[in-house]
Amino acid sequence: MGEHIIELNGICKSYDDLEVLRNLNLYINRNEFLTLLGPSGCGKTTTLRIVGGFEQPTSGEIYFLGNKINDLPPYKRSVNTVFQRYALFPNMTVGENIAFGPNLKKRDKNEIAQGVEKMLELVNLPGFSKRKISTLSGGQQQRVAVARALINQPEVLLLDEPLGALDLKLRKDMQIELKRIQRESGITFLYVTHDQEEALTMSDTIVVMNDGIIQQIGTPEMIYNEPKNSFVADFIGESNILTATMICDFSVRFLGRTFPCIDKGFGTNMPVDVVLRPEDVELGIPTDELPRGRVVSCIFKGVHYEMRVVCGEALILSVSTKSVPVGTAVSINVSPENIQVMKSSEMTPDIIARKKAQLLGEDIDALMEEQEQEQEEE
Amino acid sequence: MEKTAGKRTVHSSQRQGAAKFLALPLIIWLAVFVIVPLFLVCCYGFTAEGADGTLHFSFENFARFTEPIYVKIMVRSLKIALISTVICLVLGYPAAYIMSRSSSKIRTLIILLILMPMWMNFMLRIHAWLTLLENGGLINTLLAAMGLEKVEFLGSEGAVVLGMVYNFLPFMIMSIYMVLLKLDNSLLEAAYDLGATPVQRFIKIIIPFSVPGILSGISMVFVPSVTTFAISQYFSNGTVRLIGDTIEKQFGAANNWNFGAAISIVVMVIVMLSMFAINKVDDGDIGERKMII
Repeated sequence: MGEHIIELNGICKSYDDLEVLRNLNLYINRNEFLTLLGPSGCGKTTTLRIVGGFEQPTSGEIYFLGNKINDLPPYKRSVNTVFQRYALFPNMTVGENIAFGPNLKKRDKNEIAQGVEKMLELVNLPGFSKRKISTLSGGQQQRVAVARALINQPEVLLLDEPLGALDLKLRKDMQIELKRIQRESGITFLYVTHDQEEALTMSDTIVVMNDGIIQQIGTPEMIYNEPKNSFVADFIGESNILTATMICDFSVRFLGRTFPCIDKGFGTNMPVDVVLRPEDVELGIPTDELPRGRVVSCIFKGVHYEMRVVCGEALILSVSTKSVPVGTAVSINVSPENIQVMKSSEMTPDIIARKKAQLLGEDIDALMEEQEQEQEEE
Repeated sequence: MEKTAGKRTVHSSQRQGAAKFLALPLIIWLAVFVIVPLFLVCCYGFTAEGADGTLHFSFENFARFTEPIYVKIMVRSLKIALISTVICLVLGYPAAYIMSRSSSKIRTLIILLILMPMWMNFMLRIHAWLTLLENGGLINTLLAAMGLEKVEFLGSEGAVVLGMVYNFLPFMIMSIYMVLLKLDNSLLEAAYDLGATPVQRFIKIIIPFSVPGILSGISMVFVPSVTTFAISQYFSNGTVRLIGDTIEKQFGAANNWNFGAAISIVVMVIVMLSMFAINKVDDGDIGERKMII
């Protein structure tokens, strides 16, 4: 990859007694689309604001192309920001907003006018120059905000949840649009979002954060397919996280059965977590070799059906294009390459399953009891 | 825009009957306390008492107003009001800005400190100033005790300006403050981000944004400054006569209601014209709010 355009070295940030960032180390390559992803309060926006110069880190250094920029005020940094609520100047037209930066630098008037037109074309708003900000829709304002930042030809563009206020359809369109703009302009994007799908769609690199600590850095595929811990697995898409025992290399035991897998190096008889993506969980005719369960819910989701299966003490989520009726006794199978083994973490699968059940308004204990009774009857 | 407006009229037409009925008290109020008095003032202003004691239509009250002494008073009133307004703006703007950017605790404290004197009686506040400034007052007593010469504070135009600034400054501060409060911090950050220095940011973002507040502050200070009479009488010991004093005298001591009414009409027209000019500035769609006189 290219050179490190921005490097964060041991960044800590606290507000009074509250630690927001704990020893953050991160570098961004030139022309990269890097996304900071995490739940609200994880420190992702604070990280962005430290790069932008709006916050000072409590300790640690920020380097821009190898130069320390800790003490540089925002107006002297060659980064520009697209703010969460756009922050367009209401007393100016679209054109004046976009020309704000170049005007301050006392560029040639004709050159600025041309630049504004070019930017409006880039963000798909040609001819909007004379319009007032108040007449624009949310999506249009968002584009103007991007144009206003990009016209300054920043080395890095910082985007703070820029699509948060838009509706789903518009958000999807803008995701593609932003990715196109990033490709065409060749500018490095540092993007902040809590939307995992948004991150997976647009990013070259995703940085998953929680509690001010980086959980995992990787490409979207890596983050999705090989989550490092149960937090990442749980945050990136729906997943089944189960406690398991690593019997030996290439063999892991969970749900009361031993499965072949492709992971090694966890030792023998070590407690681990396994992640099973719902689309990888296959439901079949009950056999003795595979764990058995009973379908307790089946919801139509458009493209697929979503089934919940109670299996011993675990609640397994499975998605498939074929529906399995509620009450069916099934076996659960997963191919070796789809079993992702992780080090055991404090956030036990049991807690996560219960949290999910609460969110769904289901009483997991009642489900368990029902299952136990049925087994006794059998 | 037009579509929604159309829809709204359809809905509201059904409720028009009730709305009309609800507006009745206001209409009566306006008629009795605004339109009728205004009409009476005009009646007095445009009539004069003949030799036989009967009233007849006349412009002679207005003609009398063009006498040099009255023109001079009018000009002086406008000048003092203008100076007071400018001083209020210069003092009030930074105060309003600091307030709008402070934490809510400090903000509440400052607002309380600014507004508290206004909850006290107007005359009491004036007399408090007099005790400070008059010849045998607190400041001069202190100066004398230190062996310095006494200073004649009262009785000058400067003293009148001081009184006006003291009394009307809170209106200026609060008008600007209310607008600056709505200034989103991210706008300031955006300006910073786009390369504006703190000074450029102030000139290009903060001032344009606060124009509606500045304009309403100006009208809140300028209008009472032009027409007040108590402040000038007390702070100048009656030596600096303003147009308000003249009107008051015509309705009181001079007992010439016709001339007093005529001056009132002239002042009203001048104030209306200046407010119209201010509104014109505000029309540059700077703020969503229209001027309230």
